Amino acid sequence: MAVNAPVVPETQLNLNDPQVVAEQIKTQHPDAVESVSAQGIVVKNDKLLDVARYLRDSLAFDYLNNVTSVDWQDRFEVVYNLTSMDRGGAPITLKVNAARDNPSVPSLVPVYRGADFQEREVYDLMGIRFAGHPNLRRILLWDGFEGYPLRKDYKEPYYEEEKKPFGSRWDQGYHVIAEDRNPWHDNVQYPANFDAVAYKPPRDHIQPISVEEATASRIHTDKIVLNVGPQHPSTHGVLRLRVTLEGEVVRGVEPILGYLHRNHDKIGERNTYLGNMPFTDRLDYFSSMANNLAYALAVEKLMGVKPPERAEYIRVIMAELTRWQNHAIALGFIYNDLGAFYTPLIYAMEERELVLDLFEATSGSRMMCNYMRFGGVARDVTDDFIEKCKYLVDERLPRRTDELEAYMVGNELFHARAKNVGILPRDLAINYSTAGPVLRASGVKYDIRRAEPYSIYDRFDFDIPTGTVGDLYDRFVVRVAEMRQSLKILKQALAQIPAGEIQTGKKNYQVRVPKGEAYGRAENPKGELGFYVVSDGTPNPYRYHVRGPSFINLTALNDMCVGYKIADMVVILGSIDIVMGEVDR
Amino acid sequence: MAYGLGLLNGLRITATRVFKTYVGDFKHLGRRYNDKLFMERQSVKGSGIFTVQYPEEKLPVPENFRFIPFLVYEPALDADGKPVIDPKTGKEAIGKQKCTACGICAKVCPPQCIWIVRATTPEGKPKPQPAEFYIDIDVCMNCGLCAEFCPFDSIKMDHDYELSNYERHVSHIYDINVLSKPAAYHAKIHPTDWAHEEEERKAKEAKKKA
Ligand code: SF4
Ligand code: SF4
Repeated sequence: MAVNAPVVPETQLNLNDPQVVAEQIKTQHPDAVESVSAQGIVVKNDKLLDVARYLRDSLAFDYLNNVTSVDWQDRFEVVYNLTSMDRGGAPITLKVNAARDNPSVPSLVPVYRGADFQEREVYDLMGIRFAGHPNLRRILLWDGFEGYPLRKDYKEPYYEEEKKPFGSRWDQGYHVIAEDRNPWHDNVQYPANFDAVAYKPPRDHIQPISVEEATASRIHTDKIVLNVGPQHPSTHGVLRLRVTLEGEVVRGVEPILGYLHRNHDKIGERNTYLGNMPFTDRLDYFSSMANNLAYALAVEKLMGVKPPERAEYIRVIMAELTRWQNHAIALGFIYNDLGAFYTPLIYAMEERELVLDLFEATSGSRMMCNYMRFGGVARDVTDDFIEKCKYLVDERLPRRTDELEAYMVGNELFHARAKNVGILPRDLAINYSTAGPVLRASGVKYDIRRAEPYSIYDRFDFDIPTGTVGDLYDRFVVRVAEMRQSLKILKQALAQIPAGEIQTGKKNYQVRVPKGEAYGRAENPKGELGFYVVSDGTPNPYRYHVRGPSFINLTALNDMCVGYKIADMVVILGSIDIVMGEVDR
Repeated sequence: MAYGLGLLNGLRITATRVFKTYVGDFKHLGRRYNDKLFMERQSVKGSGIFTVQYPEEKLPVPENFRFIPFLVYEPALDADGKPVIDPKTGKEAIGKQKCTACGICAKVCPPQCIWIVRATTPEGKPKPQPAEFYIDIDVCMNCGLCAEFCPFDSIKMDHDYELSNYERHVSHIYDINVLSKPAAYHAKIHPTDWAHEEEERKAKEAKKKA
């Protein structure tokens, strides 16, 4: 590694400014930077690895937030967002260009392991190769899939028009069922000379175990490959884990994803900006309010609007209620995975129902809230809402938090199962780009609400709970502590909420978003939810990418599980708290 | 601390909860399906058993609840100003659709499940009225944006969520007849919104007169 470069003292330079960072890069790699603008630093394709190493080792950009790509039709662009865990602040953007034909970019996996799944996703959907990636295969689509759906020239099944709204809906909108307009066999692209009957999916990723290897050890233990899922109660949705076992001990876990894939990004590019709002509900369907908020933040960044005071408070209240109920359910599920079948989970559900009652009364739906708008919220909250919410926050939820915790504190069985199991050390947690409670349990005091405060989080007094070991137990304790902090924020917000407007400007269904690109992010219950939005000034986003925290947290699953028993793997997976709507997108 | 105490503490919580459900059951003995007690159990202060025995018991939906839109029409009135009942459908006869076929809802709908045909005059000029109006309820994601952005308050979200069917290609394409519901229905399920709309309408009328 090129660690010879001197570490730049952080106090001297404003390293949140791309110009400053580019100057620093130039001191070490004079010809690496192609151009610099507020939109990011463009570096030369072949210098990317060096630059990334330098940024990580010398400028302490130790965290890779997001990897995505844009199809500019004449070329591809791969976009990286980097932050420093200690410095905080907004991420800087790094870009490389790739040729239209046979695009290839050096893989960042040797520098940031968190790039693993994300690069595979880019390869899968955009068709950019990452040279040096250890396992470059499709991740969300099946191996035999033909085409790269996120390219601009790709047309999906039931394709109708490039952009919504479709002309056929009005004013001569005679209804046609999509299947009739476009029969199924015309929807799928096959490779040339494809024979569906004879097709065998590539299986090289399954490493067969030789007879010698299997019988080598004196004690007769077999190495076997076990598929857990896709339909399995402990995988929290349609997730398949290909587990290599030696006896009962896990030797490797590979998550196989995509069973719920619907190409959220492509749908988002066909949609109008506002039309994407209800789709974000379906990402992490436990925390739709928080998803709405993150998306609204990203687009507001481009539009340059700010919601009025009351709306800001409502947003915070909704987001924190979401966090509380999400963590309550997560804890319930961890207990469930540990064998405390459903009792604690149902208790958590009970409280969650009350929170959802509040969401329903305000937004109209329990889970698919579709509540935030650009520059405001959809509906004002009533006095009844405030009153009920106050009761919950002051009386009921603190009691329930204690109760959920009491199952664990001092419980000998829980300690035996959770302590020192599934350890994710601090530097690995950062390197793997894990986020949210998983990252904090490994001892990283990083919370976007503090590191880059959005909305009005800078006004509230709250702590960032962290763990010390990074084991299952810590991930549990951190969640409980976060629930308490959420209640603390809620108390302050409910006491301070002012009267007034809930929407800046007139509510409009065709918002004007100026040209530009923005990476907006928020601290969701499961971690950093980011939206990378590129606008070309039209009513539909040119590029719309979601950084799903559950998806990226899964990258670290293998390292957390290896060496533990298969029964532990189930709980470790539960402790990441994934939701497949967001993993598969 | 003696080994096992933490475990017992957990069991204590569960036991307390179990006990509480019996307290509730005895309190409600024979009156389980009593609306008032039911709502008490379901409120933020409720404790004990909270299961809803659907379909015998149903939680009332809040006013803002949204499920599948419907079109609001003003009923035809007879000489006394009472709505005329259509003998064929048993519903109030349609006097005038509030919808002007402006197409905003069709444009705003994220999954594009609204289909509108604008009516024309015999001379072929467009008329502010829908000739046909379809919503594909399999595609509708109940987002409520159509109702939020309709400038004429003519499309509203319904409260009826029991829509299962044996077949989807015909019965799940709601046409204008299925979608149309009288203004009185809207007033009944959305009292606050309705009062607000009436207020606005009266203010407008007063302005016109002045
Ligand atoms: S927005 Fe309202 S008035 Fe316009 S077409 Fe839709 S329902 Fe009719
Ligand atoms: S509720 Fe949403 S999805 Fe359904 S018709 Fe209205 S706008 Fe379309």
